[in-house]
Amino acid sequence: MATMTAPAPQTPKPTRKDYESDQEVRWCPGCGDYSILAQMQRVCADLAIPREKLVFVSGIGCSSRFPYYMNTYGFHTIHGRAPAIATGVKCANPDLMVWVMTGDGDGLSIGGNHMLHTLRRNVDLKIVLFNNRIYGLTKGQTSPTSEMGKITKSTPIGSIEHPIQPVAFALAAEATFVARAIDGEPQHMQEVLKRAAQHKGVAFVEVFQNCNIFNDGAWEYLTAREIRDDRIIELRHGQPMKFGKNLDKGLRLKGFRLEVVQLGQGVSESDLLVHDETDEDASLAFLLSRENPDLPVPIGVFRSVSHPTYDGLMKAQIDDYTSKRGKGDLRKLIHSGQRWTVGA
Amino acid sequence: MSTPSTEPPKSQRVKEVIERVTIRFAGDSGDGIQLSGNQFTLATAMAGNDLGTLPDFPAEIRAPAGTLPGVSNFQISFSEKSIHTPGDAPDVLVAMNPAALKVNLKDLAKDGTIIVNSDNFTPVNLKKAGYTSNPLEDGSLGSRRVIQIPINELNLKALESSPLSKKERDKCRNFYALGVIYWLYDRPLEPTLQWIADKFAKNPAVVEANQTALRAGYYYADTTEIFTHSYTVRKAALPPGEYRNITGTEAMVLGLVAGATLAETQLFYGSYPITPASDILHELARHKNYGIATFQAEDEIAAVCAAIGAAYAGNIGVTGTSGPGVALKGEAIGLAVMAELPLVIINVQRAGPSTGMPTKAEQSDLLQAVVGRNSECPVAVLAPATPADCFNTAIEAIRIAVKYMTPVFVLSDGFLANSSEPWLLPDISTLEKITISHKADVNDFKPYRRDPKTLARPWVIPGMPGFEHRIGGLEKEDVTGNVSYDPQNHEKMTLTRAEKVRRIAQDIPPTQIVGEPSGQLLVIGWGSTYGAITSAVENVRARGKKVSYVHLRHLWPFPSDLGEIIRRFETVLVPEMNLGQLKLLLRGEYGLPVIGLHKVQGRPFKISEIQSKIEELI
Ligand SMILES: Cc1ncc(C[n+]2csc(CCOP(=O)(O)OP(=O)(O)O)c2C)c(N)n1
Ligand code: SF4
Repeated sequence: MATMTAPAPQTPKPTRKDYESDQEVRWCPGCGDYSILAQMQRVCADLAIPREKLVFVSGIGCSSRFPYYMNTYGFHTIHGRAPAIATGVKCANPDLMVWVMTGDGDGLSIGGNHMLHTLRRNVDLKIVLFNNRIYGLTKGQTSPTSEMGKITKSTPIGSIEHPIQPVAFALAAEATFVARAIDGEPQHMQEVLKRAAQHKGVAFVEVFQNCNIFNDGAWEYLTAREIRDDRIIELRHGQPMKFGKNLDKGLRLKGFRLEVVQLGQGVSESDLLVHDETDEDASLAFLLSRENPDLPVPIGVFRSVSHPTYDGLMKAQIDDYTSKRGKGDLRKLIHSGQRWTVGA
Repeated sequence: MSTPSTEPPKSQRVKEVIERVTIRFAGDSGDGIQLSGNQFTLATAMAGNDLGTLPDFPAEIRAPAGTLPGVSNFQISFSEKSIHTPGDAPDVLVAMNPAALKVNLKDLAKDGTIIVNSDNFTPVNLKKAGYTSNPLEDGSLGSRRVIQIPINELNLKALESSPLSKKERDKCRNFYALGVIYWLYDRPLEPTLQWIADKFAKNPAVVEANQTALRAGYYYADTTEIFTHSYTVRKAALPPGEYRNITGTEAMVLGLVAGATLAETQLFYGSYPITPASDILHELARHKNYGIATFQAEDEIAAVCAAIGAAYAGNIGVTGTSGPGVALKGEAIGLAVMAELPLVIINVQRAGPSTGMPTKAEQSDLLQAVVGRNSECPVAVLAPATPADCFNTAIEAIRIAVKYMTPVFVLSDGFLANSSEPWLLPDISTLEKITISHKADVNDFKPYRRDPKTLARPWVIPGMPGFEHRIGGLEKEDVTGNVSYDPQNHEKMTLTRAEKVRRIAQDIPPTQIVGEPSGQLLVIGWGSTYGAITSAVENVRARGKKVSYVHLRHLWPFPSDLGEIIRRFETVLVPEMNLGQLKLLLRGEYGLPVIGLHKVQGRPFKISEIQSKIEELI
């Protein structure tokens, strides 16, 4: 370890400002990324996480510039590989709180493999996937979340690829915490990020993020003020699944499918599904995560279960093995196996 | 052709003392050839000879039994003198079936001996090996001495009273064959008997059967009269001390463990299985109580990235793979160069582009290591010379990586990894501690402020209050490390990164020259060709001819005195198992003509191949 002099003490009650770096934020004016940055800084302050314990690891993309703007430790790495690098960071020092900031292209295209394996291993990382359904930094090509038929620079006559659903992907990979937020809903996003920060294990948060330059209004079909309440449902643990301006609509199970029901006309609240984010069986969460034009799109925490973490198991295994075998003695190791002596 | 009945009576058998023997064991991959070879090696090492080995096995886990692609070989050469290679042409070929005979016959010395398991020379096996007539009967083996032993039958007879099934008893026949060879070369049985006892401790019947087979083979050779001679190779005059036999892989692992111990830091090994590098992962995973974390990643990219992440967080980050894996890791290595983090990348080189020949050795990833990434991306490159030397090289790689905050390549190869030699055990109290000396002051901390001597930036690790900062792969502003597109700054940083790696040369000891310091011919080698070149040079010099030799451990940067040494010779010859990669680097660096000698057959050089080239040049 490098030799260091005494640290400057941190202010006892941190504010958002304490987590702002001295770097000028260079996203396009109006980009949804600003909101995510602001909410993250607030959450860190609210939870008073020591700045030196925070590490933001990112890949490449507009969203991946994120670490530069946080006054914490940060590592802006290479395209798609942030989950793998963050795994190394967390395993080397499980005391750190390590966030992975990634885009839909970064995290699910070039980095899809690492994302899958990081989620299934349950490395104690907080992963925020900024989903703008486009490649921002490379100026507007389709991403793996772009909708079929989408016209972009790389698909001038329409995309012929079926999009991936990030939340469904994360659930299928057995992630222990899966949630969704929207850039335009700061309070809700703070709640979700806070929950992610407090989760022990891998936390995957998809954020609907607007790229006003290359994919402006990508989420308007859900988030526009007039329709928002009818198109979005907020999941709340232990609460019946209700939505609509007057909370007069709900979700119910019909066979193996979800259906929307109108409360009052022979249907009461007790007929509705009650959200249980702690259910070990993620089937219902998976059903909720599927894209379906007839159903509202859920935000909030889909799943939050407690499993041993990869980094924790790694450390425990090393500690356990060491206490069983004794701390390795290099001399003994070198002098093991069948040996012989040559006399002088 | 010899048969028992034509041999002289026992009393006439001679015990002959010889200087050196080379034996090749060959059989089906399922015949336990590698195991037999390793046991013979151990017995030979314990008998005090110097030795070199060359395991050579097919990539297929189990090619169809009896076929040519299924043949597995193990060659060992042992001597009363110091030797450096597993030998050019075997004096003795032990062929467990016709395919093994067919594949290996061309390599056997003209007056060599062939020992065959005659029971396996059935019409079916002969056909599988592509023989139209039985070579044991048709005279096609020429002047070679052929000893036929019905090993299957003799083995089963010896194990008549064993409670094991016939199939299990059959499995012991490699020990039967081994017993015969132990008698022939006067090897002690004890190390192998002990090994069998340890290995199969859970199953006494298996211990009993294998030990019985080994002894039965030995007694068979002793009592029947199939051999006119037995041979003794005297102990070699090795430097005094305690020894064990070690493969390159084992030495590499011990070197990594030693490096982490000397640095008093956890070592994090990220890897994805690939032949012939996987064994490093297997071995390290057993040493978790030495402060070792191992991570089997989803691919090579994740493996190197996790090692980089661990290095960023203060561990000794190491990743190991073979050429195709390095190709995948290239971009991440560039990140480590840009972020100036310590990282050790072990490349156990193998033959051919793409998947090539996974189990065969080559030295053709040198340029990949030195320049095989985008942009100006300098890293240090080291290569061990022998299996045991992997130990020192691994420690040195860790030392350079943390001292200069740079990725360091270690270029091993399939031959180094699998072959073995006696290793004089080091006194670990004499190994220098690895200290991380670059300091940072929290009151005026800049992530890219450099140590004036090494140009290393400080290794500031997340978790340290007051040092919060951001790094990444985008170009850095000098000192601050902030992102910068300034043209002058980019040039300055590019030059600085190059200079930092060049300064590693200040730690390289003066180059050792074998032979005269100037003259007509200088041979320069690197990596696993060490043994063959050394022997060739020794042979030529023993004949009174002048040739000098330099073996490079440091491939990048080169030692500071190398240019001056090269200039003192009229001709420089570089033998390499590639088409001239070091040759190209030397020409580029020093602008002097260099002659290459190349071999790309997936097999190490023979001494004779190098020797005749040297003789041609002087
Ligand atoms: C190996 C590699 N391939 C391609 C690129 C180019 N590249 C940079 S960012 C990017 C896509 C980013 O899209 P997304 O992850 O959705 O992030 P956004 O910019 O939209 O936030 C691509 C293809 C790269 N930097 N590295
Ligand atoms: S291109 Fe899009 S995603 Fe990138 S900064 Fe601009 S608005 Fe944001």
